[in-house]
Formats: sequence, C-alpha cells, structure tokens
Amino acid sequence: MSGKLFRRVLFTLVALFLAAPLIVIAGVSVNAQRTLVFPPAGFSVRWYGEIFTDAAWRGALTASVAVAALSAALAVAIAFPLSWFLWRRYAPWARVFQMLGTAPFILPPVITALGFLTFWTTVGAYGQPWTVVVAHGIFFVTLPLVTLSLGFASIDRALVEAAATMGADDRTILRTIVFPLIRPYIVSGFAFAFVLSLNEYIVAYMTVGFTLETLPIKIFNSLRYGYTPTMAAVSILFVAVAALIFGLIARFGDLPKLLGAWSSRD
Amino acid sequence: MRADAPKRAADYAPLAFPALMLTVFFVVPFGIMVMVSFFQRQPGGFYTPDFVFSSYERFLTAFFGGVLGFSLGLAALVSVICVAVGFPFAYELARTRRRVQVAWLVALLAVLSLSEVIIGFAWSTLLSRTAGISNLLVWLGLMERPTALTPNFGAVLTGMVYQAFPYTVLVLYPAMARLDPTLMEASRTLGAHPLRAFLTVVVPALRNTILATFIMVFVFALGSYLLPQLLGRPQHWTLSVLITDQAVYQSNLPFAAAMAVFLVLVTLSLVGLALLVGRKESAA
Repeated sequence: MSGKLFRRVLFTLVALFLAAPLIVIAGVSVNAQRTLVFPPAGFSVRWYGEIFTDAAWRGALTASVAVAALSAALAVAIAFPLSWFLWRRYAPWARVFQMLGTAPFILPPVITALGFLTFWTTVGAYGQPWTVVVAHGIFFVTLPLVTLSLGFASIDRALVEAAATMGADDRTILRTIVFPLIRPYIVSGFAFAFVLSLNEYIVAYMTVGFTLETLPIKIFNSLRYGYTPTMAAVSILFVAVAALIFGLIARFGDLPKLLGAWSSRD
Repeated sequence: MRADAPKRAADYAPLAFPALMLTVFFVVPFGIMVMVSFFQRQPGGFYTPDFVFSSYERFLTAFFGGVLGFSLGLAALVSVICVAVGFPFAYELARTRRRVQVAWLVALLAVLSLSEVIIGFAWSTLLSRTAGISNLLVWLGLMERPTALTPNFGAVLTGMVYQAFPYTVLVLYPAMARLDPTLMEASRTLGAHPLRAFLTVVVPALRNTILATFIMVFVFALGSYLLPQLLGRPQHWTLSVLITDQAVYQSNLPFAAAMAVFLVLVTLSLVGLALLVGRKESAA
C-alpha cells in the first residue's frame, strides 16, 4: 500500500469516526415530531428555535454564556500578570505558581470539583452563583497561561531594551509595546477558556448544580425524562460555536504554533 | 533586555493577584479536601474534625479493589487504542499541507471541547434502536431488525476513545511537527519500504514520546465520569463516578475526599513519570 493511499484511508476512517455521532445528532435535531429517529421523519428547524424561545433552555443558555465569559476573563486576569512577571523577572521560585495553574487541568476534573465542593461548603458559600465563576476561572487558568507564555516568548527583547534605554518605565513598556504584541494571545487564551467553560459539567455541577442550571447540567438533568430533539439541537449549536471560535483563532492566528508546533515553512 | 531579578518590593506587584487567587482558591481547597478525608463521618451527612483512617480503610474492601482495577484497566485499554491509531494519524497529519492541517486541528479542538454530556448523549443516540447504526445495518441487509447496542462495555469503551482521541493527537502533534523529515528521506533513499521506514526509524526515534503520551492519555481517561454512567451499567462505573456518587448522593464527603486523595497520588506519580520519560527524549 503506498503512503498516499494509506494517508487517505486513515484520514477517512478517523473523519468518519469523529463525524458519525454528530451526523446522527444533526439528523435527529431536525425531526418534525418530538421523536428521536434517524433518518429524520420530516424536516423542521423548530427545535433550534426552542433553545431561544423556551424559558428553561434560554435561561440555561444565558447562565452558560455568562459563566463562560466571566470565568474566562478571570482566568486571563490571573494568567496575564503571572506570565508578565515570569517573562520580565528572573525568579525561578515563581514557577511554582505556574505549576499550580497547570495542576487543575492535569488532574482528573472530579478532584478539582470535589476540592471546590468542600471549600465552598466550609466557607459557607455553597450554591452561590458566583462560586462557579471562581471555580472555572481557576480550573481553566492553564489555557491563557499556555498561550500567554508562548506570546511573551515570541516578543523580541531588543524592542523592550530600546524602550528602556529611552527611559520608559515598566508601565509604559507594558502599555505601548508588550500589550499590542500580546493581544492576539490574550484573545486566544480567553477563547479557549470560554469554549471549555461553556461545555464543562462536573465542576459546575458540584459547585452550583442545585441552584444554577448551565446548559450541560440542563441536558444531563433532562436525559432522565427521555431524549428530545432540542438536546440534539443544543449539541449541534455547541459544536458549531466551538468550530467557529477555533476557526477564527486559526484564521487570525497561528494555530499550529499555539498547539506547540513550531511554525512550519509554508 | 534580559530578565533581571526583582529588587524592590514594587517589582513583585504583578505577582500579587495571581499568587493570592491560586493560593486561596486552589491550594486551600486542596488542603481542606485532604483534611476532610481524615474526618469522622457522622450519620446524616455530617462530619466532625478528627484524625481517623476509617475512610481509607474502606478502600481495602473487595468492592473498591474491583472498581479500582476496572478503572485502571479501562483507562489503559482506551490509551492503547488511542495511541495505536493516534500515532500514525498525527504523523501523517504533521506531513500534510498546512491548510489541511489547520482544518483538522480546528475539527479536533471542536470535538475535544465537547461536553462529556453531549458525547454520551450523541453516542447513546448513535447506538440506540430508533436512530442508531443498527438501522443502517438492517438497510444494508446485514441484520434482521434494529437493536440497541447500549448499555454495555463496548459502548463505554467507544465513547471514551472518542473523547480521548483528539487529546491524543494534540499531545503527539508537537513532537510530530518537530520530527526531522530527513530521517525518513534517508531511509527511503536507502530503499526501505515506507511502512518499514516508519516502524524502524520514526517509532524508535519517538519511543519516549509514545510512552509519555500513553501516560497522559491514561490520566485523561481516568477523569471520565459521565460516559460510564450514560453508556454503561453500574458494573462499568469508574472511581471518578464513585467519588461523585459518594460526595453528592451518599453525602459521605470524608470517603469521597479519601478516594480523591488516592486518585491524586496515582495521577501525580504518573504525570511525574511522563515528565521524566519525556525529558529523557529531549536530552537524547
């Protein structure tokens, strides 16, 4: 078997495996009746409308987007000064904080979830809607940390050197040189954290599961009463949003580089 | 400009907020969780501060030994499948045109970011009687009537491979992108068949990467907690499921915390091992 043919077969099989559940979900999401059959019986896009018109689904969507936006902002607010300090100063011991930021992401998520459950119960804030924002902000701080450390590594120190020689202090350097160069990395770090927070279930469930319904929690809770086309529509919406956001990052940034590959020669 | 050592207190200012947040909201919760694992549980879901090992002793029952063994075996099986397919896939991916690479990366990231709830729901629909793959087989004349292919072990395994595969490719991708292309070219020039060149040149060159990836995927698969519930039966429940169950439904926080501490120890030793193996590679 020649190399070209092997590649084509392998890519096709993987694409089929990854797409199969999504194709079925997309199919059942356009059923005319409230049944899950594939191929769909009739065609209707009303279930997509229901996400926005049905009060319960709309509430879950609003909650999810709000939590994702706020926690991604918090993750960036923690990651930015930390990466700036690590780049600007020589302080090996400060790497400890970088490791702390990476830990929640590497450990099984149920650990972070349980840690926050015990913590919020202990301090008496269990069930408050804002607790999930803090939990997600910490849980996803890894993502902006990674993109920002890549971003800082790509800044030519000679530029900063020149500015410092001209008498600019750190604040001016940060505002006029560093920030414009680092902005795309801030945006992609925020976007990664946002998409993952939108989809996160276990940490959200263990912190505010009984007081606030995010979309994944709502889907899971609804599963008990049977599967509906609306769930399928929500799932497809999620895939579309994720593909759109990562597509935009790829369009305006260097995705292979963000994922740790050196910029290859085109 | 070189990074210089901080001299004045003001130089540490940027570190204040991140250090405070990570300490208060990660180190402290973690410490509390470890403490709670030694507390004495009271009937009715309460617990009192104490220093007892009763929660840890419950592990030593045959039931939890079985769950632990099943969790580790399942995660290992998922990792073997993912690495076996993901390795040649990532290799080929890093060698395609950049435009194709980027499209694949976007697709892989989109699947990777999917909630476990959605993956579980999608696969149970795909394996269901009314909307599933068995209908296709009936249509092709390979089956008599549609049947449900879930819940069973195969469904859990498939769902977890689906979840872990994009992660596997993205972990392997950087190493594949950096692999020296002249290695392959040299062996091809010397007349080796592509498959043989791949097996005798690429695989040995990345032996440690393969091992490190296997461990990372293993840890990732250990974290799966919804798929065993949605696609399997109670005998397919993993340690992650039990921790959630004890914490939320049985209100036994000390026992959940003890299991979590145990899971952390397993995970950290594995990650340490992966880092060690990976470091060897870059030194070689």
